[in-house]
Amino acid sequence: MEYLLDGFLKAIQLLIYGDEETFSAVIATLELSAYAMAASLSIGIPLGFLLGYFDFRGKKQVRLVVDTLLAIPTVFIGLVVYSFLSYRGPLGHWGLLFTIPGVAIGQTLLALPIVIALTAMAVETMDSQLRVTLMSLGADRRQLFISTLREVRYGILTAAMTAFGRVLTEVGISMMVGGNIKWHTRTITSAIALETNKGMFAMGMALGFVLITIAFLVNISVSFFRKR
Amino acid sequence: MNFFKAFAVTVCVAACCLLYFSVSADAADEKVLMMATTTSTDSTGLLQYLAPKFKEVSGFELKWTAVGTGKALEYGKNCDVDVVLVHAPKAEKEYIEKGYGLNRREIMYNDFVLIGPAADTAGVKGKNVADALKAVSQQKAVFVSRGDDSGTHKKEIEIWKAVGLAVPDKESWYVQTGQGMIPTIAVAAERNGYTLTDRATYIKYESDAGGNPPLKILVEGDPTLLNQYSVIAVNPKNCPKVKYEAAMKFSDWIASAEVQQLISAEVQQLIKDFKILGKQLFTPNAK
Repeated sequence: MEYLLDGFLKAIQLLIYGDEETFSAVIATLELSAYAMAASLSIGIPLGFLLGYFDFRGKKQVRLVVDTLLAIPTVFIGLVVYSFLSYRGPLGHWGLLFTIPGVAIGQTLLALPIVIALTAMAVETMDSQLRVTLMSLGADRRQLFISTLREVRYGILTAAMTAFGRVLTEVGISMMVGGNIKWHTRTITSAIALETNKGMFAMGMALGFVLITIAFLVNISVSFFRKR
Repeated sequence: MNFFKAFAVTVCVAACCLLYFSVSADAADEKVLMMATTTSTDSTGLLQYLAPKFKEVSGFELKWTAVGTGKALEYGKNCDVDVVLVHAPKAEKEYIEKGYGLNRREIMYNDFVLIGPAADTAGVKGKNVADALKAVSQQKAVFVSRGDDSGTHKKEIEIWKAVGLAVPDKESWYVQTGQGMIPTIAVAAERNGYTLTDRATYIKYESDAGGNPPLKILVEGDPTLLNQYSVIAVNPKNCPKVKYEAAMKFSDWIASAEVQQLISAEVQQLIKDFKILGKQLFTPNAK
């Protein structure tokens, strides 16, 4: 129990006095989740929308695959991305192993199924009522499409926040692809794993609180979107 | 449509950041020596102590990823690092024979110790390793193993074999954590069990526990318990893009070559000076 209190006090200390190591990990974490979110949202939202909006042959099977990918373990993604980015792997000459962009690729793969599945679900669940109403009001196909897009914006926001939560807290990909290199690819979560390995449980707890603080601040800024 | 505009702006800004950082990262990447090493050199703080000093001498920034010896060697085999610093002599020699590494150089050692509860339920204190392990298995006392193919785990298996006992893989008293040394010691402490650890990590654990931990050193000083650390450069024949010269510079620097005896003497002193609780963690022994 004392770890919890020690950790909490230490977290405040780290944040107020601007501990250099902690801030380097905070920046790496934010940078990573920014890339991963930008990539997964710009690819995932259109795909998810298409999947939810249009009916096509094999739609159920595609949904099944996407839903299954929701359960993909992060360590496994880490291994797969490692085997591609390793010098011996097909993309080895890109030199992305042990770098932030390399980890971001893995985290994008992690976030993508979440964004696609939740966007598709948001489109599907609101569709039936609205479509009938709009069509009876004489909307053409373009107007119908745009109204649907407007109506699902909060569903998409939820998808983004869920994916963000997963990306922010994952440790398997950061460890395997990033290598937990100090000042470079050490994220908050891989730092927690390291401190725990070193037996510094209070420090691990402190970093955990720092991570929760970041999530809290991000959610506050998102609620600013919602109010509009 | 405000929502979408704001959203699009956010995405664009993030994309620009990506471009900026990937460009700047490339520029800064040139004078870096990438090392894969074992957890003990990192979690004891040794590398953190040595890295800035190496940069002063060579201009190379030492970047390291601290993993088990097995994974570190695998990274070297796949050309993902330039140099490895590990402690599993048998595996290392095989590694060199297969052409994955060059110039294995022994640089320092510490030793393994068998630790267990102060009450010593299996009565191993003062025995040699062979008798101690026999006593543990006869009494079915809890024995906690790393179980992760690390240098320490390899050593433990080697010892079981050396004393003529089968590795008790499936026995209920044999607990395999699959984790690092400190978490493994923590499990042993919770279960009142025995475990094999390198002395450096034990000293760290002892100091974290305020100098009076529940587990004590029971067996030490047996010649089979020597823990040798070596530097191996990744073979440029196997990996054309590897920074072999920088790796050798590091190897020369941390060990000792005749050309660089002055610097090396200093490093040997540095390694010696690096202590926790006033106890010596590693003993330099480069030839």
